[in-house]
Amino acid sequence: MSTNPMTSRPPVSIRGRTSYLDGRWRWWRALPAATKWVLLLAGAAITVLPFLWMLGTSFKPESDVFGYPLRLQPTHPTLANYAAIWQDLPFLRLIVNSVVFAGGVTVCSLFFDSLAAYALSRLRFPGRDLAFYLVLATLMVPFQVTLVPVFQLVFQLHWLNTYQGLIVPRATSAFGIFLLRQFFITVPRELDEAARIDGASEWYIYRRIMLPLAKPALATLAVFYFMNNWNDFLWPLVMTSSTNMRNLPAGLTLFAGQYVVEHGVLMAGAVISLLPLAVAFVLAQRYFVQGIAATGIK
Amino acid sequence: MPPNTAGHITARVSEGRAAAGGRPSAARSGARRRWRKAAPGYLFLLPSSAILLVFVVYPIAQSLWMSLHDWSFFSSSHPFVGLGNYRALLHDPRFWNALRNTAVYTAVVVPGQVGAGLALAVALQRNSLVNKFLRSVFFFPVISALATMGIVWKFLLDPQIGIINHLLVAVGLPDTDFLQSTTWALPAVIAVGIWKSAGFSMVIYLAALQDIPRSVTEAAAVDGAGPWPRFWRITLPMLRQSTLFAVVLATITSMQLFDQVYVMTSGGPLFHTDTLVTYLYQVGFQDFRSGYAAAISWVLFLLILLVSMLQLRLFRFKETD
Repeated sequence: MSTNPMTSRPPVSIRGRTSYLDGRWRWWRALPAATKWVLLLAGAAITVLPFLWMLGTSFKPESDVFGYPLRLQPTHPTLANYAAIWQDLPFLRLIVNSVVFAGGVTVCSLFFDSLAAYALSRLRFPGRDLAFYLVLATLMVPFQVTLVPVFQLVFQLHWLNTYQGLIVPRATSAFGIFLLRQFFITVPRELDEAARIDGASEWYIYRRIMLPLAKPALATLAVFYFMNNWNDFLWPLVMTSSTNMRNLPAGLTLFAGQYVVEHGVLMAGAVISLLPLAVAFVLAQRYFVQGIAATGIK
Repeated sequence: MPPNTAGHITARVSEGRAAAGGRPSAARSGARRRWRKAAPGYLFLLPSSAILLVFVVYPIAQSLWMSLHDWSFFSSSHPFVGLGNYRALLHDPRFWNALRNTAVYTAVVVPGQVGAGLALAVALQRNSLVNKFLRSVFFFPVISALATMGIVWKFLLDPQIGIINHLLVAVGLPDTDFLQSTTWALPAVIAVGIWKSAGFSMVIYLAALQDIPRSVTEAAAVDGAGPWPRFWRITLPMLRQSTLFAVVLATITSMQLFDQVYVMTSGGPLFHTDTLVTYLYQVGFQDFRSGYAAAISWVLFLLILLVSMLQLRLFRFKETD
């Protein structure tokens, strides 16, 4: 914390907060609060600086990027970069790849995870505990451990540079199964027991009772999956070699590594690639935040 | 996932087992009936377990197996070398260098990220409009792609077009090519790491701060405790679980550092930002020495496990004080 313990202690305080009515105003009483706000605003400035520069540069002609003095905003705003990105890169293809990859992983994972979570929380069968322990065990292993053999496996399946190679190995995750199972066990058993007595099939109970109840958990998990895969870099880098199959981060990085860098064009691409998550964040902030809180479910 | 959840789960699983077992079974028709009862469970579990077995469980075993062989991706014979790859790692200066860089990165980013996250959460915990806006600002880097933002940071740190150098020169400091400097490249990568993830820790702490009843801190205030002692003696101890969680998660991600290094420095200059995962990537996917790469991945896994266990132990130990 930024506050100085000596100055922040009020001479007379009833509720722990300095009351500015219970004495004469002294400039040093405002010091801790002022320090706090100066630091906060400085931190906020540093935090948004890359985004502002990215946005500003995306509207700059290349001469502006090197112009002097340097500024965040363009002196001659232009949309040329946003037009050029589609020619300089197979940019549309990168977007499609990102949508298919992140969307595919999200949809498949939600479906398979919820099926498995239902089995692990509601159904009884020999080997269930073993299955659950196995799921938990795989949670601990970082994905780099499996990266080398999975690469070989995907190669042998002739799945490198394909959507199935990107999506199928990730179409379920121990984390998602675990998260949804933890949610399902909080749903009162009476709900599905009643349906079972009425002769409902397990599929019906899963589809018509559990899934609708799990909507908030599913939404949180969906945001989690989509964000992580939309932003993923190492996995697409390993599983694809052709530019036509890369996702946005991997494709843009390739473009940035070229000999002549067109800064404005690159930043236009970066802005567009950030846009979907930024919009989703503004509209549904709580699901992003809950995704993080959810990783801490005990 | 923090391993401390295991106790909880064990309790729940054994409950399930107690409920499932001990049912009377009749004859052969009983076996069939049992199978019919169990079938939905297997069917529901089938897709996930098939994928996990083929793409996670089997590869884990395969990875260990590879690491015990002189396994090249393109050759068909893979002679068994026992612990040869691991022994070779012990004498590999690039491995030690990568380990050192990863350790330095982790040792700075984890306290930096968690400390910044805690400070931000405490400063912004009250639900005013300004605070809510600032929380969004500080969280924003978390939703951005580290690789893409690495490109942006590379430009910001550029000696010619970079704003950062421009500001440094303006206050009389020397113009520095950070990412080409053996001194400054790793600190730059570290700074980007903290920038990206401070908001993540902040959210963990914000959630935890909501659970601390106001009455507790207010009671302390009535007893005459100033804001500083209130924070150290009451708030921080009550946040212990969240701190443990934030630290363990930050450590795990930090030790897997790859994206911004690959984009900003490619491990350079002169391997000064080479990390365990960038080295693994080069060995495994550019040199195609799968066995050696697998050995690196196992060392990474064991290190992560070791450090997490140590952190858990340390926090437990303090708790009993």
